[in-house]
Amino acid sequence: MAGLVTAFGSGAMTNSVPEIEEADCILVTGSNTSENHPLIGARILRAQRKGAKLVVVDPRHIHLAQFADIYARSRPGTDVAWVNGLMHIILTEGWEDREFIAARTDGFERLKEKVAEYSPERVEAITGIKQGQLREIARLYAGAERASIVYAMGITQHTTGTDNVLSLANLAMLTGNVGKRGTGVNPLRGQNNVQGACDVGGLPNVFPGYQQVTDPKVREKFEQAWEIKPEFKGLPQEPGLTLVEMMNACAEGTLKSMFILAENPVLSDPDVNHVREALQNLKFLVVQDIFLTETAELADVVLPGSSFAERDGTVTSTDRSVQRMRKAVEPPGGALPDWEIICQVAKRCGGNGFEYDSPEEVFAEMAHLTPIYGGINYSRLENEWLRWPCSSPEDLGTEFLHHDQFAKGRGLFTAVEYREPVELPDEQYPFMLTTGRQIFHYHTGTMTRRSPSLAREVEQGFIELSPYDALQLGVQDGEKVTVASRRGVIEIKVKVTSTVSRGLVFIPFHFAESAANVLTHRALDPVAKIPEFKVCAVSVSRGPQPDVRCD
Amino acid sequence: MNYKTVLTVCPYCGCGCGMYLPVLDGQLGQPIPDKTHPLSEGRLCIKGWAASEHVVSPDRLTQPLVRTGDDLKQATWDEALDLVASRLMTLRDRHGPDSLAFLCSAKCTNEENYLLQKFARTTVGTNNVDHCARL
Ligand code: SF4
Repeated sequence: MAGLVTAFGSGAMTNSVPEIEEADCILVTGSNTSENHPLIGARILRAQRKGAKLVVVDPRHIHLAQFADIYARSRPGTDVAWVNGLMHIILTEGWEDREFIAARTDGFERLKEKVAEYSPERVEAITGIKQGQLREIARLYAGAERASIVYAMGITQHTTGTDNVLSLANLAMLTGNVGKRGTGVNPLRGQNNVQGACDVGGLPNVFPGYQQVTDPKVREKFEQAWEIKPEFKGLPQEPGLTLVEMMNACAEGTLKSMFILAENPVLSDPDVNHVREALQNLKFLVVQDIFLTETAELADVVLPGSSFAERDGTVTSTDRSVQRMRKAVEPPGGALPDWEIICQVAKRCGGNGFEYDSPEEVFAEMAHLTPIYGGINYSRLENEWLRWPCSSPEDLGTEFLHHDQFAKGRGLFTAVEYREPVELPDEQYPFMLTTGRQIFHYHTGTMTRRSPSLAREVEQGFIELSPYDALQLGVQDGEKVTVASRRGVIEIKVKVTSTVSRGLVFIPFHFAESAANVLTHRALDPVAKIPEFKVCAVSVSRGPQPDVRCD
Repeated sequence: MNYKTVLTVCPYCGCGCGMYLPVLDGQLGQPIPDKTHPLSEGRLCIKGWAASEHVVSPDRLTQPLVRTGDDLKQATWDEALDLVASRLMTLRDRHGPDSLAFLCSAKCTNEENYLLQKFARTTVGTNNVDHCARL
């Protein structure tokens, strides 16, 4: 997200989901769309049937790759290099959109100098993508009237995640593929309300609507609206800790208490052994959830919340569509709606301004303070489809962003240098591990593994191993192997598949008993603070290995 | 017999597919896709079709739990909430507001996340607020 904010001034998907069908060329990278966003995957294929060219660049031969006009297998963690390579070719051929660059962007000269260093030969050596293929991708993308980029966590979950996103933004601006229908740079959000949680201030550096906590004017506005008691001396001025920083602070003992709302960091965070120890180090842990998750098991107090079918409220989908969720049934037993629980806790802590009769009242207060939501209310949502920004009652919302100008005024090119992933395979850990999801499960499996028809499909974790490596190791499909990294060891079943190439292995992270995140590490992207889930080094050996230990 | 259908949004991925939840005499049925929905146009993936299943799981938490020693024991709402409030406030007073941290949820609504960050910022006095979307 940080990358798009730097380039455009907003971190959200630039274009709406239905517009994907209006593209002439779709570049999908770092998104296993048909498994993780199935209905967007279906739409991409529909666009292709209507004549769009589909280009997939991914280390894994994912489902969409089977249908792609071009599939390029990149080495994990080399995205900056191949995107710079594309821009190198585009500039050499004169395919850039000079008018757009001059009228709407800054920083072009520096970018030009940088990408000049990324000749197709050099890029092939770094990324493994053949020069001819790279040229063909450049031709399709730059030659399209409307080209759209779709990406997900395969791009962001690297120590270079922000750089990767900046590179994609560079590519779109270079060819004028942003600010018009059917184009854009489109990050797909993994969970139902990731977009909304960011929009309403679930971040350490901003209030709702991406208003900076460091801006005194912004603070004053919120201090007045929230009627901050004088003894508080105003709202806190410094940005707080990010998730992974929180976990480190727990381990160091500077954090004493955490309140975790319906998340399961014990499975979802990198290096989960560290997370477990960190949370156990807290003096007081509160978890609010609908199941006794691996994280809730560590809590001092567990508060039973409501499922999606038991709540009223709104969520914001990946393309900024604000939608109503409606309550169908009562929560079971003594469970309560989550908004009521939070208000109860706040009031008992002496909090001011937590007397609400309904989520609608909460929304009205929030929209009033959040300009991008300012024109949205529950009654409009009954019969209108609204995507933010929607600032007034007359505003019909925004299908695609940055139409006449970028959210920040002028778009900014950033010259980005390729950096190697932090941990590369070596003699002791010769395989590169990448992690992700698969279609039948969702995130840490808290909900999907308790759904009989989903759990039946894939009951256990597995590791994807290429036929070549399986042969070398002498393991068969379905056999158990031991996978070790510098951080931990797991035992897991093998799935032999050519989805992965030689030297690359993949583990979905939904499964507690063979948790991929035991193996991953905590190296962070310096800006976005996203952990590098997508690349780390592991060893794979046949059968259980009682003496394999991490060092 | 009392039957209704309620229009809502799939709880899983960010596609935001629209679905009707059928309720027969208070019992939740399997989702029905919303034909007129601009994003999903009458379709759901396998996760969406199964979205009601976890709701009726026997594993659902139905009462607050409070730790005593190694075990989590059932407690009343008053006990649990009072304990949360008194411990959070004691720790804050002793170690400062930034010794507390809050994780919002990409699985919760805008309203719920708004309230949690408001609580953290106004009542506790910390910007230690984040969520798992970085992941
Ligand atoms: S039905 Fe499938 S594609 Fe649609 S929101 Fe749910 S999980 Fe995502």
